Amino acid sequence: MFTEYNVIVVGGGHAGCEAAAAAANMGSKVLLVTMNMATIGQMSCNPAMGGVAKGQIVREIDALGGLSGIVSDKSMIQFRMLNRSKGPAMWSPRTQNDRMRFAAEWRLALEQIPNLDMWQEMVSEILVADNKVCGVKTGMGLEIRSKTVILTNGTFLNGIIHIGEKQFGGGRTGEKAATGLTEQLVLLGFEAGRMKTGTPPRIDGRSLNYELMEEQKGDEIPGKFSFTDTTPLKHQKSCYITYTNPVVHEILETGFEKSPMFTGRIKGTGPRYCPSIEDKINRFAERTRHQIFVEPEGWETIEIYMNGFSTSLPENVQFKALRNIPGFEKAKMFRPGYAIEYDYFPPTQLMQSLETRLIDGLYFAGQINGTTGYEEAAGQGLMAGINAHLKITGNEPFVLKRSEAYIGVLIDDLINKGTEEPYRMFTSRAEFRILLRQDNADLRLTEKGHSLGLISDKRLDTVLDKKNEISKLKADLQLIKVAPEEVNETLIGFKTAAIREKAPVINLLKRPEFSIHHLKHLDSSLSEYLNAYSNEILDQVEIQIKYDVYIKKEQHLASKINALENQRMNPDFDYDSIKALSAEGREKLKRFKPATLGQASRISGVSPADISILMIYLGK
Amino acid sequence: MQFIGDPEDTIVAPATAPGVSAIAIVRLSGKNAIEIANRIFRGKNLEDQATHTIHFGTVVDPKDNQIIDEVLVSLFRSPNSFTKEDSIEISTHGSQYIVQKIMKVLIGAGARMAQPGEFTKRAFLNGRMDLAQAEAVADLIYSDSEASHHAAISQMRGGFSKEIEKLREELIHFASMIELELDFSEEDVEFANRGELTKLIQNLLAVMNPLIRSFDLGNVIKNGVPTVIAGKPNAGKSTLLNALLNEERAIVSEIPGTTRDVIEDEINIGGVQFRFIDTAGLREPTDTIEAMGVERAKKKIEEAFLLLYLFDLTLEPIESIKEKITQLNDVGTPFIAIGNKKDKADNQLIEQFKLLPNTLLLSATTKEGIDVLKDTILHKVHLDEVKKGDVLVTNIRHYENLLRAKTALMDVQNSLDTGLTNDFLAMELKHALSALSEITGEEITTEDLLENIFSKFCIGK
Repeated sequence: MFTEYNVIVVGGGHAGCEAAAAAANMGSKVLLVTMNMATIGQMSCNPAMGGVAKGQIVREIDALGGLSGIVSDKSMIQFRMLNRSKGPAMWSPRTQNDRMRFAAEWRLALEQIPNLDMWQEMVSEILVADNKVCGVKTGMGLEIRSKTVILTNGTFLNGIIHIGEKQFGGGRTGEKAATGLTEQLVLLGFEAGRMKTGTPPRIDGRSLNYELMEEQKGDEIPGKFSFTDTTPLKHQKSCYITYTNPVVHEILETGFEKSPMFTGRIKGTGPRYCPSIEDKINRFAERTRHQIFVEPEGWETIEIYMNGFSTSLPENVQFKALRNIPGFEKAKMFRPGYAIEYDYFPPTQLMQSLETRLIDGLYFAGQINGTTGYEEAAGQGLMAGINAHLKITGNEPFVLKRSEAYIGVLIDDLINKGTEEPYRMFTSRAEFRILLRQDNADLRLTEKGHSLGLISDKRLDTVLDKKNEISKLKADLQLIKVAPEEVNETLIGFKTAAIREKAPVINLLKRPEFSIHHLKHLDSSLSEYLNAYSNEILDQVEIQIKYDVYIKKEQHLASKINALENQRMNPDFDYDSIKALSAEGREKLKRFKPATLGQASRISGVSPADISILMIYLGK
Repeated sequence: MQFIGDPEDTIVAPATAPGVSAIAIVRLSGKNAIEIANRIFRGKNLEDQATHTIHFGTVVDPKDNQIIDEVLVSLFRSPNSFTKEDSIEISTHGSQYIVQKIMKVLIGAGARMAQPGEFTKRAFLNGRMDLAQAEAVADLIYSDSEASHHAAISQMRGGFSKEIEKLREELIHFASMIELELDFSEEDVEFANRGELTKLIQNLLAVMNPLIRSFDLGNVIKNGVPTVIAGKPNAGKSTLLNALLNEERAIVSEIPGTTRDVIEDEINIGGVQFRFIDTAGLREPTDTIEAMGVERAKKKIEEAFLLLYLFDLTLEPIESIKEKITQLNDVGTPFIAIGNKKDKADNQLIEQFKLLPNTLLLSATTKEGIDVLKDTILHKVHLDEVKKGDVLVTNIRHYENLLRAKTALMDVQNSLDTGLTNDFLAMELKHALSALSEITGEEITTEDLLENIFSKFCIGK
């Protein structure tokens, strides 16, 4: 019934969809196996993409030729650029999405990829011969052959849902858990762990009184994720903000004795930064209110997502408590919030390509690696799909450096440090945050996407043209000079210091308070000249000029670290032969088998002296 | 993140063992070695010189052009050097004090203190050695890094590290607050107070500045208090030094240099090491005081912590001594005028000289008045106070990190003043924290910042 595939992707969530699309678009024959084809591209949690650090990831995925940005753009109902007041590295695009449209767009996108087949069934086993993966076995007992397998099982592996004292197996509410795989992987020698996450109740929007809440509108001039020709929104839907209060907290506390969190029924580790409402009340007892974001689930649906009210307390306690929130007095619940526990595999068992060290040709991506978030999952899926294809075609893995992309930071953190709690990206995790901006994701990554075969020649040309225009404009601004008598009046009008002698306009741009759009007012010929450029180019040039010193500083640091990054290490190196290594360093090096000296330097327990010693041996 | 031995840096270290020796060598290696040496060298332009050449000149502190020593510079161009990189060897007089000073100005000019074994490591990496030799170096790095770690900890006396650690923790808190603002702007939490950050930076600088300054004083303690002894050759300097040493054998350990200019003797007085510098060899007129108009001698005296002006009270007219004491007062360096050969002078003369300010009469031969001189010397340099305040930086690595931390903190302040956005502020804060971390030995990771955020703030939807 099946031919031999190059890549089988298990799971149709954000990671699975990106993985399948990337491998197929690169030319592999791909089979996507999912338990339910109706839930491909399902947003299991909040109906939003992007946000701080995550929005940057979506832009990176798009620049590399992944589809999350396009799918998000096509299904968005609101766009906001977060952190606008905080400097270009912090600008973070975020969309509210129509949950149903989002899934539909993914499904349609996948259906258009010729090399991509789909099959609806649970995978209960992977087929392994000589420590090499050779296919999967389904719940019905079908064996499907393939050269590589990418597992993107999300929260489905032995998923258990908790609501108060009730608990039942499931990967999402209303969907069955996947069983068998973890046990087999453990038998093969993998280490598995347990994690926990949660989700809030869903509400009937018709029962809410928005008059009592603050409206949160989308941007006046909305942007979008994709660098392709997707269109920004013409009209948008608003979100609303309301707050809990001491009465709500008191009611919630009455459910604590039945809470699966507090009674110890949940063994898995939950994220510290995405706590349930009961956790917030418990840990921060001094706070009298917590913020609730009321998010619409789509254009037409009246369903509401109650962001900030994640809970696994008994459903009647949830209901009683939320009715005391302003605007929720008459609220009707569609379904209660719940906590879910699931299996994950500590990602330190992976190589930089996301291939497992134990089984050749087996890749893990997404929540199975202990991450949380659609964007983190999608980024890993894309990389796993690319690398599975590269492996089959006999190419070197595609690895992004920490100084090149958030996706690089994400994977590097995961495989070297592991994670004790669901891993979410923060900008502070990226030491070269100033370089990894959402505005330059295309400049950073499009060429890489093109050489992988995921980006068309036409798209590459657009980016190369953009680069040329940027350098031309920068060079010109250095040459164009203005004299004090021509511009001082205008400068003072803009509340910036006058100039004393003739100066290149580039100097004015270095002032924090002076923007490239101000330049247009200085001189009519200058204005005419600048108007020939798009706002995108003007903004990019402004950022590059204004923050030049800082960008250079980071680039310098990055190049220093990349020198270590470029020092390849033999994974089979005999660390026991170096007596001078510290005992802990040696142990860790043997376990992690770093691919580069840079990677070795980030493994906890490997000291700077150990790295120095390794350098000596590598020098040989 | 912190690595040992960025190969891009130009490194510097003494190549000769510390201690008294005729000459000492300071070695520089790296792509900017010649350029950096040239910045502190007055003589030929080193950048124009061929490989394997030796040049005479002086090392100066570029900040004030003050001469540190006369030296010979050997120049080796890549690949014809030990490390196969551009290298410079500076031969100076064998004084720890001078070596430390030269190191300090070289670091100021852009070099980095070499890590243990780093020259050898570079030699190996650039293909100079075989694996067996390399293994020896690896062992050396291992043992040295252990040793230097212990040394660093033991050198940091309680007050120093505790105070920095406390302020560093406050700074971590601020860095967390800034990160909180950046990563969790949507949250309902309060953010960092800029005014308090400025105050914290001022507090940190207030702790660090004296530490940075104490490096000089610390070195004085470690390497001896520089004391200039001046006077005509017949005034009895050697006899006086012998008397201070209180031993029969000759203490004058003459260090004849190729250019022959300074004689140094180290003498322990009351537990404090004094380094006596005889300025006679400066090729000035024999009595240095008479030569005070000459810039070089004046510099030597200004640099000294103490000046002993020795004269033969049986030979010198009192009027000329009076005049010299006035001149010395103008220079500002603490001094003691010493009238020697008291045993040979008559009482009337003694009574006259006794009235001079800042003057002590003694006999180096009979040792009469030597104890009084010792007390006076100790009192003059206020070392009793220095010994009590135990916050002294003597380790050049600490000094280097303190300077780095200070620069980074001033960058943070600058960013605050110019109203730069938080992402850039956070970047400067991280640099400052990393420099402070190298002093306290505890590296700060993103995890620490996040931990700080999650433990203190209610974050997350």
